[in-house]
Amino acid sequence: MVAAGEPIVEMRNIVKRFGSVEALSGVSMKVRKGEVLGLLGDNGAGKSTLVKTLAGVHDPDEGEIFVKGQLVSPWTPLAARNAGIETVFQDRALAPQHSIVTNIFMGREITNTFGLIRVQRQVAEANRLMREIGFTSKVFNPDSTVGHLSGGERQGVAIARALYNNADVIVLDEPTTSLSLTETQKVFRFVEAVKESGRTVVFIGHNIYHVYDIADRFFVIDRGREAFEGPKAAFRGADHLIEMMHQLAETGSADVSHLQATT
Amino acid sequence: MTDQIVIPDTSAPKTVPVDERGEQSRWLLFYRRNGRALNAFLTFMLVWAFFASNNPTLFLIPGYYNAFLFSVPATIIITTALVFVIVSGELDLAFPSVMGASGGMFMSLVLLDIPILPAAAITMAGGALIGLLIGAVVVYGKISSLVATLGLNFFIVGLVNLIAQGRNIESRESVGTLGYRFFTGRWALGDTGILIPNHFIIALIWVAFCYVLFTYHRFGRRVQLVGDNPDSARQMGINIDRIRVGVFVFSGLAAALCGVILVQTANMVWFPTSGKAYLLIALAAVFVGGTPTWGGVGTIFGAFFGALTITLIPSGAVGAGFAGFWTDFMFGMVIILTMIAHRFSGARVR
Repeated sequence: MVAAGEPIVEMRNIVKRFGSVEALSGVSMKVRKGEVLGLLGDNGAGKSTLVKTLAGVHDPDEGEIFVKGQLVSPWTPLAARNAGIETVFQDRALAPQHSIVTNIFMGREITNTFGLIRVQRQVAEANRLMREIGFTSKVFNPDSTVGHLSGGERQGVAIARALYNNADVIVLDEPTTSLSLTETQKVFRFVEAVKESGRTVVFIGHNIYHVYDIADRFFVIDRGREAFEGPKAAFRGADHLIEMMHQLAETGSADVSHLQATT
Repeated sequence: MTDQIVIPDTSAPKTVPVDERGEQSRWLLFYRRNGRALNAFLTFMLVWAFFASNNPTLFLIPGYYNAFLFSVPATIIITTALVFVIVSGELDLAFPSVMGASGGMFMSLVLLDIPILPAAAITMAGGALIGLLIGAVVVYGKISSLVATLGLNFFIVGLVNLIAQGRNIESRESVGTLGYRFFTGRWALGDTGILIPNHFIIALIWVAFCYVLFTYHRFGRRVQLVGDNPDSARQMGINIDRIRVGVFVFSGLAAALCGVILVQTANMVWFPTSGKAYLLIALAAVFVGGTPTWGGVGTIFGAFFGALTITLIPSGAVGAGFAGFWTDFMFGMVIILTMIAHRFSGARVR
C-alpha cells in the first residue's frame, strides 16, 4: 500500500528517441497518490510522448518506471494497465453508435462460459461506475447511445470505463480540448469525483487555466526536459504560471527560485 | 484574465438515479431499438398486401406459399450471415462462388458414398475454410474487401469450372435417403394445405442462432464495435484482424450450408453455375432488411424480412398478374423506397 502523498508512479531518467529525434531527454517525474497532477508543456515539448510512455504505448529507450515502488519491465500497454494505470486518450476511443454500457465494456465484456454477454451485470456495473464519478442525468441511462451525448459526457463514459479495472492512476490526455465552458465543468466534476475516491489523476492540457483550476501540483516540460514542478501553493495564480511558461519559451529557462523550498 | 473556471459543488448527493425519465414510453423505446427491423417487417407486409390486393383469391390460398417456403431458406441463411460482414465494415462478393464450390464439394463427397449428413458437415467445414482463406487475403493482404472478394469470386468460380470441366454432378439415387429427407422433407401444417419444408425450419433455427450470436455473444458485439470505430476497438484491446477474418469464416460457413441446400432442392443435381444468382439478391436483402451500409449496426430479424421480401417479389408479381418482365422494375422500386424509409429509422450517429 502506498500512503497518500507518497509516489505511486515514478519515472526515472526517461529517454525516448524516434530515429534521430530525441523526444524525451531524461525526464524524471513522480506521481503522488491521491493528487491531481497537471502536466503542462508547449506544443512539441514532449507532453504526448510522456503520456504515451506512461500509458505503455512507448517503451522508453532509457530509464526506469516504478509503480508502487516496484520496477516494471518490460513496459507495455498491458503492463501499465495491470500496474493500475488507465489512460483516456484524446480521441476517447468510443464507438458512437453503441450504448454507454457497450462502450464501457468494449474489449472486456462480462460473459459466461459460452461467451454470452451477461447483460444485467454489465448494466449494474455501468450504473455503479457512472454514479461513482457523478456521471448521472435525467436524460440518459447506460443504454443511451454515446453518439447522442455531448463532448463532456463522452469524456465521462471514457473516465467511467477507465475506473472499471479499479485503476489507481487515471491519465487524462487533453480531456477538455475543444469543449465548451459547461462541458469543461462537467469533466472537472468527474475528475473531482475520481480524486475523492482516493485515486490519482494525471491531467494533461494545453489550456493552462483549465489545468490550473483542477490540479494540485504541476509538472512542466520543455523541449524534452523537465522545466520545473511545484505545488499549486507555490504559484500566485494561473497568470503566474503562464508568465513562467512564457519566460521559458523565450529564454529557455524560468525563474524557479520560489519553487526550491517546495519540491 | 478573469475567465477562470469555478469548480462546481461536487458534494451534491450522488444517489440520483441515472435515468429518471418517466415519459419515455416502452413502445417508443422498443421502436428506437428495433426500428430498422420493424421497418423491414412493414416493407414485407406492404409488398405482400400490394400483390395480394391484385389477386386476393390466389394469395389467400395457403398452398400458394409452398413454393415460396421451398425457395426462401437459402436466401435467408446467406442474408443473415452477410449482416455480420456488412456490420463489420467489410463487403463479401465472393459468397456465391463459395456456394457453388461447396455444392460441388458436397456432391463429390456423396459420390464417394459418404452419407448425406456427414458429407454436409464436411462441406460446411470446407466452406468455413474457404472463408478463412478469403478473410486472410482481405485482412492480411490489406486489400479492400470490395476488390479482393470481387476478384476471388471470379477466381473460385473459375477454379470450380476448371475442376468440373463445366459438367453437372448428379446423384439421383440419393434422392429419398434419410439425409436427403432431413434437409428437404416436408411437413403438412394441419389441414391448411401448407407444407413446411425441413430446410425452412433449419433456416429459422439459423436465424435464431445468428440473432443470439449477433446480439448477445462477445463475437457479435465485437463485430459491431469494429465496424463502428476500428481505431477505438483496437485501442481497447480487441483483435480487429481476427474479428474481420471471423466474419468471412462465418459467411463461408453459411454459404456452404446454402450450397448443400441448393443441391438438394434441385433433386441432388449440382450445376457449375450454382449460387451465382444469389449475389445481388442477398446483398439487396441485407439492405432492404435495414442494415445500413456504413457498418457498426445492423439487424438480423430485419435481414430475415428482407430475404422474405426479395424472394416474394418475382413469384408475387407473377401471382398478382404482372408480366414477368415487371420483376426487375419492382425489385428496383422496393429497394429504393425501403432505403428512403430506413432513413427515418435513424441516420448515422457519430
